[in-house]
Amino acid sequence: MLVLALENHTVCTDLFGYVGIEAVLDQMRRKTMKVGLEFNIMVVGQSGLGKSTLVNTLFKSKVSRKSCTPNCEEKISKTVKLHSVSHVIEEKGMKMKLTVIDTPGFGDQINNENCWEPIVKHINEQYEKYLREELHINRKRRIPDSRVHCCIYFLPATGHRLRPIDVEFMKRVGKIVSIVPVIAKADTLTIEERQEFKERIRQDLAANGIRVYPQKEYDDDPEERILNDRIRESIPFAVVGTDKEHQVNGNKVLGRKTKWGIIEVENVAHCEFANLRDLLIRSHLQDLKDVTHNIHYETYRVRRLNESNMNFSELGLSARPLENGTADTSESESHL
Amino acid sequence: LFEEKMAAGQGVRPLSLAGHVGFDSLPDQLVNKSICQGFCFNILCIGETGIGKSTLMDTLFNTNFENLESSHFEPQVKLHAQTYDLQESNVRLRLTVVNTVGFGDQMNKQESYQPVVDYIDRQFESYLQEELKIKRSLHNYHDSRVHACLYFISPSGHSLKSLDLVTMKKLDSKVNIIPVIAKADTISKSELHKFKIKIMSELVSNGVQIYQFPLDDETVAKVNTTMNGHLPFAVVGSTEEVSVGNKMVKARQYPWGVVQVENESHCDFVKLREMLICVNMEDLREQTHTRHYELYRRCKLEEMGFKDTDPECKPVSLQQTYEAKRQEFLVELQKREDEMRQMFVQRVKEKESELKEAERDLQGRFEQLKRLHADEKAALEEKKRLLDEDQSSFGKRRAAAQLLQAQSLTANGKKDKDRKK
Repeated sequence: MLVLALENHTVCTDLFGYVGIEAVLDQMRRKTMKVGLEFNIMVVGQSGLGKSTLVNTLFKSKVSRKSCTPNCEEKISKTVKLHSVSHVIEEKGMKMKLTVIDTPGFGDQINNENCWEPIVKHINEQYEKYLREELHINRKRRIPDSRVHCCIYFLPATGHRLRPIDVEFMKRVGKIVSIVPVIAKADTLTIEERQEFKERIRQDLAANGIRVYPQKEYDDDPEERILNDRIRESIPFAVVGTDKEHQVNGNKVLGRKTKWGIIEVENVAHCEFANLRDLLIRSHLQDLKDVTHNIHYETYRVRRLNESNMNFSELGLSARPLENGTADTSESESHL
Repeated sequence: LFEEKMAAGQGVRPLSLAGHVGFDSLPDQLVNKSICQGFCFNILCIGETGIGKSTLMDTLFNTNFENLESSHFEPQVKLHAQTYDLQESNVRLRLTVVNTVGFGDQMNKQESYQPVVDYIDRQFESYLQEELKIKRSLHNYHDSRVHACLYFISPSGHSLKSLDLVTMKKLDSKVNIIPVIAKADTISKSELHKFKIKIMSELVSNGVQIYQFPLDDETVAKVNTTMNGHLPFAVVGSTEEVSVGNKMVKARQYPWGVVQVENESHCDFVKLREMLICVNMEDLREQTHTRHYELYRRCKLEEMGFKDTDPECKPVSLQQTYEAKRQEFLVELQKREDEMRQMFVQRVKEKESELKEAERDLQGRFEQLKRLHADEKAALEEKKRLLDEDQSSFGKRRAAAQLLQAQSLTANGKKDKDRKK
């Protein structure tokens, strides 16, 4: 019998000089650059709210085909059909496989009951696919990740409150994926109208128990909480999207030109597009993936494994007690 | 590589960006998260008692791990693990150092490798259990799997010992082995060169797969290739400082000179530190997870009968296999239950018949006794009757005799009277 002298407490030790541990940060960076990243974003909202334009503006390229282009012959479909397009984009050596899942037909019918079902089904299918891969005996080195990391929900700029379809959708889907609500085509609201609208929306969200990203419960430490609180105070972001450039004060800026002025998309005084972009891409990209993997996916997995009653300890997986003294849970013999 | 892999499956086309999007900050986002969480690294040191494992660890991590000297009289090989929290600038490292105790001290070293293999397997098992749990928290899990194994070779100058070969062969599919020549200040430069070549050729000819520093990243491929050629590293450890020139350096002071630990012409310590910590720590962790752990997991699950494809080569999900096994298991349980029940019924029957048999026996004996008793009673009654008869006949005869006597007396009396006259 092996007698293991394992001491459970950790000792805090001081270093007397340079070791080189911090070089591990560079190692991580290099690894991430080599591996690349996968990001899957879903856009949900009625047709004509500017979903494709916004995605194109976010990623500064023609990721989605706009449905109002003359070559487009799609009629409004009778049901919500999900349409997924993938691209590889690269920036300063960092490669990203971006998948945009569009949901044409959402909210467009006269009777919109249960229009979220195909969406919920799609999201769960991706979790299922990942779970299956994870449960294989011979697993791939890197399991392809098609899970939806972020769902942008487009609210029309009515200026009033959330509509029933908004509440229903966000309530249901907010449980299984990170939702980021945005106010679309926000150039129809004045600043005051926008603030009031946002306040009412936040009240409605709270009243209905809808948790949008970033969720309060998942804040890891006080620093993150402060950062996220600031974000939570300004969601939903009022955005305007465009891919046209105009000259403003001698600079080329992205903007929408109207008779009464040019709306600069990336100007925070005009709209909150830059905030959205910073949230999604520049600061919380990794966090969105982590929340999807560590929380939403795990929730799905727990539900799924409980459904099929897969309890490996039943089959006596652990034959030896664990080191820290917890008794092993295999009870295959005692079932008799 | 990335593009091919990604584009291959789905006809994904590359797209060019019209401006700065900002996802190039992802590595920084990831790094920031890791800084908050901290890093974890586990080193296993295998080597004979007194070969310098603890000193080397102290030297590598520039600290004092407070290890006690162990005795040479351990009856068996044991492993001693200790976890430390180190911090350098903003990087927190949770380092676990596992040392073998008593390795190479026993008379019979046949089973020396077993405790080491068991320890490594136990860490894999622990992780596998967590991974298979329904409610699990892998991102919070303290990873105790061994990321690097430093195997300390005695500086004999000749070749590897058979214990070394046997142990390394048992471990090469379970852990990243980095062999080091300990106490290298006892070997001269020319001897060292020959020694290294001998060791490497012995490892190759015995099929031992030691850890190769990775060559797929251009930034470090060059330095890794060079270092791969310097294996095994000849190291000297020391935490004492000696003044050389106008500096204090870590060194060992001898009457004939000073061996400086961080002097690359004296020993390979700096190379080891570079490779182990500064350049390849992340790769060591990754190899442990994606190669060694996956192999362990695959073997363990296959042992339990799980497969990815059934006999007809159709893909079978773990769930199906699990369900099938569960059904098997339940059927087995049911069968055993039935067997037990049958056995019970059988026993009851047997007992019943036994009891009946005994009862019959008893009854038989009772009858027999009754008969005997009746017989005796009859015999006795017969005797009684005879006795009664005897008695009555005797009574009669007595009565008759008395009468006769009485008659004869009277007759005699008359006669007597007659005579007297």
